[in-house]
Amino acid sequence: MNTLLKKLYAWVDERVQLEDLVQFLGKKYVPIHRHSIWYYFGGVSLFLFIIQVVTGILLLLYYKSGEALAFESIQFIMSKVQFGWLIRSIHSWTANLFILTAMIHMFSVYFEKSYRKPREITWLTGMLMFFLALGFGFSGYLLPWNELAFFATKVGTDIAGVVPIIGKPLMVFLRGGQEVTGATLSRFFGFHVAVLPGIFTVLLGVHLILIQRQGMSEPLTDEGGAGQPQKTMPFFPNFLLRDLLLWLIVLNLLAILAVFFPWELGKKADAFASAPAGIKPEWYFLFMFQTLKYIPGKLWAFDGEVFGILLFSVGGILWTLVPFWDRRSQRGERSRLMTYIGIFVIFYIIVLTILGWTA
Amino acid sequence: MKTSDGYHRVDEEKRDFLKWILSGGLIAFVGSVLYPVLAYLKPPAQGEVEVSSVKVGKLGDIPKDSGQIVKFGSKPVILLRTAAGELRAFSATCTHLDCTVQYRKDLGVIWCACHNGKYDLNGHNISGPPPRPLSAYRVVVQGDEVFVSKES
Repeated sequence: MNTLLKKLYAWVDERVQLEDLVQFLGKKYVPIHRHSIWYYFGGVSLFLFIIQVVTGILLLLYYKSGEALAFESIQFIMSKVQFGWLIRSIHSWTANLFILTAMIHMFSVYFEKSYRKPREITWLTGMLMFFLALGFGFSGYLLPWNELAFFATKVGTDIAGVVPIIGKPLMVFLRGGQEVTGATLSRFFGFHVAVLPGIFTVLLGVHLILIQRQGMSEPLTDEGGAGQPQKTMPFFPNFLLRDLLLWLIVLNLLAILAVFFPWELGKKADAFASAPAGIKPEWYFLFMFQTLKYIPGKLWAFDGEVFGILLFSVGGILWTLVPFWDRRSQRGERSRLMTYIGIFVIFYIIVLTILGWTA
Repeated sequence: MKTSDGYHRVDEEKRDFLKWILSGGLIAFVGSVLYPVLAYLKPPAQGEVEVSSVKVGKLGDIPKDSGQIVKFGSKPVILLRTAAGELRAFSATCTHLDCTVQYRKDLGVIWCACHNGKYDLNGHNISGPPPRPLSAYRVVVQGDEVFVSKES
C-alpha cells in the first residue's frame, strides 16, 4: 500500500514537481508571541465556510424555491428527510458562528494593525468577504420564506432604497419588482447559491495566496511584539495540527448547538399580516437596527433613516480603507488613535447589540 | 511612409484614426453585450389590476376598538374601528421602512413592530422613526357592507 502511494506520488511529482511545494510548506513558519492565539480565527472561519458549502449543497438537494414551495420544502427537510433537521440547523448555526469568527478575525487584524503595508490587499479582500458574508446571511435568511424573514427583507431592501440616486433602481433590482414577493425569493436564491459563492471563492483564493506569499504578519515591535528575532513554529505539521484540533472542537460545538438548540422555522410569510411584535434582525445587524430606532423621523433636512444609513455606509467605507489613511502604522510606528477607534467601535457594537437584544 | 533618411515615419493621423475606430468598436461591442444583460436584470412591469375599492365584510363582524389588515390589490390597508364605533382606514405600510403596522388596543395607537413607530388613530406619526403620516383611505358603509376605497 505504502509503495503504491509512493509510486503515485513519484508519478505526479515527475509531472508537476511536487517537491517545490513540499519545500515551500517545510519553510513556512508561524511566529509565536503573546497574540498568537488570534492567528487561529482565520482558519476557523475558513473551516466554517467549508461547512457552509457542504451543508448548503446538501440542502439544495431538497430545497425548492418559490412562494408556494419554499417554506413547505424546509418543513419537509426538517421533518421527513433523515437528519434533515441536523443539516439545516448546522447550516443556520454555522452561518452565525462564521460571522462571529470572521468578526473576531477582522478585529484582531485591526488591533494588530496587520493591514499595514504590504498587506493592504489581504485586508481589502478580507473586508469584501466580510460584506459578502453579511450578504450571504441576509439572502439566506429569506429562503425559508417565513414571517420574520419576510419583514427583515422588506426592511433591508427598503434601506437600500433610501440610498440617494441609485437607491430606488437598486431596491427594484434586489426585490425583482416594487414589492417583496416570490420574485424576490427567486433572486435571493440565485444570489445565495451562485453569485455570492462564486465571488467569495475568488476573493478567498486571493486572500489565501497572499497569506502564503507574504507569510504571517507580526505585531509592530512596540505593540507587544518582542522586536528581536521571533520564536516560531513550523506551519507543517505543528500549526496545522493545532488548527485541525480546533476545527474538531468547533465541529463538536456545532453539533451540540444544532442538537440542543435546533433552528426555528417559524410561521410562513404572509404579505397581509402585520409585522409580529418583538421582531428583530439577526444579532449581527442588531446594532444598526437599534440605532435606526433611536434616530428621530426628521433630522434637519434629512429623513432620519437616510441619515442613519449614510452614517453606517461612511463608517463601513472608512473602516475598509483603513490601511490607506492610517499613516502611522504604514511607517511601522505605533498607532494609538487607531486602537482607540477600534475600541470605540467594539464598545458601540456591544452596547447597541445588548440594548437591541433586551428591548 | 519612408522618409529621405530611410526610416519609417509613423503617420500620427492615421494611427489616431485607427485608435478611434478600434476603441470605438470595442466600446460598442462591450455595450452590445452588456445592454441585454442589464436589461434582463430589470424586472418587467407587472400589469397590476388597478383597485379602487374593496369589500371588507359586514359591519356587524367588525368589533369595536379593533384593527385588521385588508388586502387592497397588492397593498395592505389597516381598517380600524374605534371604541366609539367609527371606521377609519389607512395604508398599513409603515412610512419608515416598509413594515406592516398593527392596531395596539392597549396603547390605543397604530404601531409598527419593526422599529417601534407609533401613529395616532388619524394616521399621524406621533413617536419613533416614521417620517410621515400614513395615507388615509375612505371607508364607505352601504347597508351592512363595509367598503374601503381610495381617497378621491
